[in-house]
Amino acid sequence: METGMPELCVALTDLGLGEAGTVDHISLPLADQQLLMRVGLVPGAQVRFSRRAPMGDPSVYSIDGTEIALRAETARHILVSRAGLPPAPELP
Amino acid sequence: MSTEVPASAPAAEESTVSVRHPIRTVALIGPPNSGKSTLFNRLTRLRQRIGNYPGVTVEQRVGTLAGRGEEIRLIDLPGVYSLTPYSEDERVAVDVLTGRMQGAPRPNAVLLVLDATHLSRHLALAAPVIALGLPALVVLNMADLLAQGGGSLNVLQLAEELGTPVALVSATQETGLDAVERFLREDHDPKQPSPALPPVLQDFPQCRKWARQLGRRIDFRQPIPSVWTRRLDDIFLHKVWGPLIFVIVVGAVFQTVFGLGQPMSTAFQDLLAGLGHYVSRFVPAGLLRSLLFDGLWKGVSSVLVFLPQILLLFFFIGLLEDSGYLARAALIADRTMRSVGLNGKAFIPLLSAYACAVPAIMATRTIENKRDRIATILIAPFMTCSARLPVYTLLIAAFIPDRPVIGVLLSARACVMLSLYVLGFLAAIATAKILKSSILKSTAAPFVLELPDYRRPTWHSIGLRLVDRSRVFLRQAGTVILSVSLCVWVLTHFPMHHGRAPGLEQSAIAHLGHAIEPVIRPLGFNWKIGVGLLSSVIAREVMVGSLGTIYGVDPATQSMTLQSALRQDLALPGAIALLVFFAFAMQCTSTLAVVRRETNSWKWPLVQFVYMTALAYASSFGVNVLLSRLSN
Repeated sequence: METGMPELCVALTDLGLGEAGTVDHISLPLADQQLLMRVGLVPGAQVRFSRRAPMGDPSVYSIDGTEIALRAETARHILVSRAGLPPAPELP
Repeated sequence: MSTEVPASAPAAEESTVSVRHPIRTVALIGPPNSGKSTLFNRLTRLRQRIGNYPGVTVEQRVGTLAGRGEEIRLIDLPGVYSLTPYSEDERVAVDVLTGRMQGAPRPNAVLLVLDATHLSRHLALAAPVIALGLPALVVLNMADLLAQGGGSLNVLQLAEELGTPVALVSATQETGLDAVERFLREDHDPKQPSPALPPVLQDFPQCRKWARQLGRRIDFRQPIPSVWTRRLDDIFLHKVWGPLIFVIVVGAVFQTVFGLGQPMSTAFQDLLAGLGHYVSRFVPAGLLRSLLFDGLWKGVSSVLVFLPQILLLFFFIGLLEDSGYLARAALIADRTMRSVGLNGKAFIPLLSAYACAVPAIMATRTIENKRDRIATILIAPFMTCSARLPVYTLLIAAFIPDRPVIGVLLSARACVMLSLYVLGFLAAIATAKILKSSILKSTAAPFVLELPDYRRPTWHSIGLRLVDRSRVFLRQAGTVILSVSLCVWVLTHFPMHHGRAPGLEQSAIAHLGHAIEPVIRPLGFNWKIGVGLLSSVIAREVMVGSLGTIYGVDPATQSMTLQSALRQDLALPGAIALLVFFAFAMQCTSTLAVVRRETNSWKWPLVQFVYMTALAYASSFGVNVLLSRLSN
C-alpha cells in the first residue's frame, strides 16, 4: 500500500459506513497505542467502519474480521489511507 | 516426588528413555475470547481452585487434569494478546511462563489456545510463546465455527512451520480433546528446536507481520463472518431497538432477581431455621446449644439466605456474557457511564452490585484501567444490595403508613423504598465524579471493546460459573460471619454470674452500646440501635437479628413485635435517619475483605470505610436535625 498517495490519509472517523482503509499511523501516546495494538490496530492493518452504535458513539470497526468498538475521541487519532476497496460484499 | 505407579495401573505402555520428561505442570495461554477458560474447565472438570497471585490483582486458576494416571497440574493464565508486558495480566503471564512468579511452579509445557476463526490475528502470540522453548501444543479452538463458516487451513503445514504439534479442537463441543490429553500424557524433550520465528519477539508489529505471512503460507481462509451475529447486531445495536432492548433486559434481570429471588430467599431462610431448630433438639439445652444455634447458626444462615439471589443474578450474567450480549450492553452503557468519568465496562459490576457488592467487586477485573477499576470498586457498595432489604423492609413497615401516593401504582412504602434505591445510585454517581476528577483522575485511556460473535451459552459453562461463584461467596462470607457471630454471642452472654448469662443491661454488649451512645445520640438513635449498628458491621442484615435479640431479652418490650417495639423506642426522624445511614454506610466486612484482596492493599478498604461512614453519619445527622425541627 506504500505506493498509494499518502495525502489520502484520513481519520478513522472520516470513513463512510462500510468503507475500508489501511492504518497508516496512530497519533496517540505510546501507552494508548499499545492498548490498541493488542486488538490488532497497528500500522498496516485493514480496518472497516462496520457499524454506528445506537447512541452514535462508540462506533464499531472491523479489524481482521473482529468487531471492535472505539470511541470517536480515540478513532479520531487513528489515521488510515483509504484503501479504495469497495465495501465488504454483502452476504445473501 | 517419586511415587511409584500403583500396581493396578496398566503396564502395557512402553516406557521411554529417561532423557524425555513427563509433563507435571502445564500452562494454558491464549488471547482473550479464545475459549481458553472453556478448555481449562473441560480438562479439569471441577478439580480447580481460584486464588490470587501474590502482589498483584490477577486471578490465579490452577486445576488438575481429570482422569486417570499421574497428576498433571494446569495453570490457566490470564488472557493476553502478546508477551510484551504492557499490562498486569501480561506481566503475570510472562512471569509464570519463565518461572519468575513466586507461588507458581515453572510450567514444563504450554498449551497455546488460539481462536481458529481469528487465526491470522491470534497467531501473533505463537511466536513469543514458542520461542520460550517449552514443549508446546498449539490448540486451534472453535474448529466447529471455522468449519461452519467455510474457513480452512493447512494444519500440517502450520505444525511444520511452527515446529510444534497442532490440534484442531472445539472446547464447547468437546471434539479433538483427546489429542490434547495425549499430548499432556506423553513425555517430551525439555527443549524444542526453534522454528523460523520473527527476529524481534518483543516487537508486536513484527509478530503480527510474521503472523500474517504465516497465515498466507498455511492457506488460512477466514470463515465468512457469522450471519447471525450481523443479524442480531442489526437488532441489538439498532438506533431505537438497541437501547430499548437494553432497558428491557436490565429490567427483566432485576425483576427476576427480586421477584423470584425474594421468595426463594424467604423459603431458604425458613428451611435453614427449621433445620437449625430440628438439629438443636439433639443438643442438650444450655450454653453450648445457645452458642451453636442462637450464635453461630443464626449468624451464618443470615448470610446464606442471600445465596439464591446471588446465584440467580450470576445465572443471568453468565447467560448474557456467554451469549455475547454483555459486550453489546457495555457498548450501549458507555455513553452514560462516560458522563461520570467511567466507561461501559463498569456497567456490569455495578449491575451485580444490586445483589451483592462482593461478586461485583470481583467482576471489576474486566476493567483494564487501574484507576477506573478502583473507582468502580469504591462506588459499588453504594448500590442497594440485597443485604439492605431486610433492614429497609423492617423500618419501612414499622414507620411508614401504608398510604397510596399515586393511586394503586405507588404506595408511600414503595415510594420510600424507591427513594432509597435512587439515593444510593446518586451517591455512587456523585462519588465517581469526585473520584475521577481528583485522586483517581486519569488520562482517558482508550475504550477498546471487542464484540465477540454471538454464541449459544452452554449449561456446562454456566453451571461451572455458579459453582465457582458460590464457593467464593461462601468462603468469603462464611469465615467472617462465623467469627463475628461468635463475638456477638459472647458479648451478650458475658460477664457471667454463677454460670448464668447476665441480663441485657448488665451484659458486655450493653456496656459497649452505652459507650457509643453519645456518638449516635445526635442521629436520633439510642444504645440498642447502636448495638444493632455495631453488629451490622459484619453484614447489614445482621442488624435485624440483633435488634430482635436485644428487644426480645428486654422485659419492657418482650411481648411486642419488633415493629411495635421499635416504634416505642425510635422517633420518626430517627427512623428516617437510620434508613439514610444504611443507604450510605459501609457495614460489610466481606466487602472490605474482598476490596483488600482485589486492590492488594489496606489503603482502599480504609478510604472506602472512612468515606462511606462519614457520609452516612453526616447525612443521618442532617436528616435527624431537619426532621426534628419540622415536626416540632
